[in-house]
Amino acid sequence: MSKLHGYRRFHPGTQPEYDFPFYASTAKRHPTQPLVIVPQTLSELTGPVFGTDDLKPTDNDLTRQHKGDPIGERIIVSGRVLDENGRPMPHTLVEVWQANAAGRYPHKNDTHDAPMDPNFSGAGRTLTDAEGRYRFITIRPGEYPWRNHYNAWRPAHIHFSLFGSAFLTRLVTQMYFPGDPLLPYDPMYMSIPNEKARVRLISQFDWENTIPEQALGYRFDIVLRGREATPMDDSPGE
Amino acid sequence: MSLYASGSQTVGPYLHIGLTWLNTARIAGPAVKGERVAIQGRLVDGDGAGVSDGLIEIWQANAEGKYAHPEDRQKKGLERGFRGFGRIPTDAKGNFRFSTIKPGRVPGRGGKLQAPHLSVTVFMRGLLKQLSTRVYFPGESANAQDPVLKLVPAPRRATLIARRKSKGVLEWNIVLQGKDETVFLDF
Repeated sequence: MSKLHGYRRFHPGTQPEYDFPFYASTAKRHPTQPLVIVPQTLSELTGPVFGTDDLKPTDNDLTRQHKGDPIGERIIVSGRVLDENGRPMPHTLVEVWQANAAGRYPHKNDTHDAPMDPNFSGAGRTLTDAEGRYRFITIRPGEYPWRNHYNAWRPAHIHFSLFGSAFLTRLVTQMYFPGDPLLPYDPMYMSIPNEKARVRLISQFDWENTIPEQALGYRFDIVLRGREATPMDDSPGE
Repeated sequence: MSLYASGSQTVGPYLHIGLTWLNTARIAGPAVKGERVAIQGRLVDGDGAGVSDGLIEIWQANAEGKYAHPEDRQKKGLERGFRGFGRIPTDAKGNFRFSTIKPGRVPGRGGKLQAPHLSVTVFMRGLLKQLSTRVYFPGESANAQDPVLKLVPAPRRATLIARRKSKGVLEWNIVLQGKDETVFLDF
């Protein structure tokens, strides 16, 4: 019976610290004791599996979930889900959520004085194909103010949630847009220490996936934890 | 090939917009075998206040100790429709509750069996990357030999073991800071 392949620890600098004073809400919400490092077992190397039965046809088109068209600039966000070894992650669930074009979320806690859009719910999901590709049609989200610090504005972003092949490959991240002047002022974006890793969260304008007369394309590849090259020596063979 | 991993980012305060569709407060339907159990608790911050914009995800094996995943190659039965996944948001007071079946024992490293447990991932505004932990069951003799629990400093182990509240109901809180700070795991 084949042995299990564990996952490498993250390359230093690619992930934020829990305690990050620039993002004020981390103060009371980060663990103060060190995490306890434990071996990876079947419990972490497995994870939920989703299929087409979990999805509806309009789940990946956020512009077609209501009677009318949402206000805003139509965009196509597409890319691949890979692991750190460059291997595609097929048939994995990708969930997204975002503000409307005016920077307003349809959420009871969002009190920002910007218009709601009755034709935009701001949520989508899809499964990657056999080569790890995904694609959403949506509108470009607006920037919005928040109260982290004086004159704080979030850069335009789309929230992404991914599962990958195991419970320990779970990732929630955010996609940003190229050239956004708010990025260096944003604690979330700046929480990624390594600059090359940080830039990975910025999508790229994608002329090849831009549809003439219809929608600009943005490419956003997502990289999940990669497996070790060799199987765990003492893994349960079965 | 070696790629930089995408950095984790917080779910933010509006997580419900994208994630609620998959809320699963009942992890095991009536066709799934096993001892029924409800688990309830509270997610609390460093001030002892309930976290109203949090979410936990659960991953577990069935009562035979089998995960619904292709890499679990154990020759054990698996009920149709059992996914073993739960997604439970906290309410306005930081409380959460879900029902499931107590999982069986699954192998750890070297094939040694682990004590029954649920894997838990925690998300919330103010948390830049998810926290991982486990829930173990009270009065379970296997806990004493569990290879993961044994790595946790003894005075803190109790934070990973649910308490019996009433028949079929367990209580397990997630405490982010302070005296009873929950043990979070790094795999």
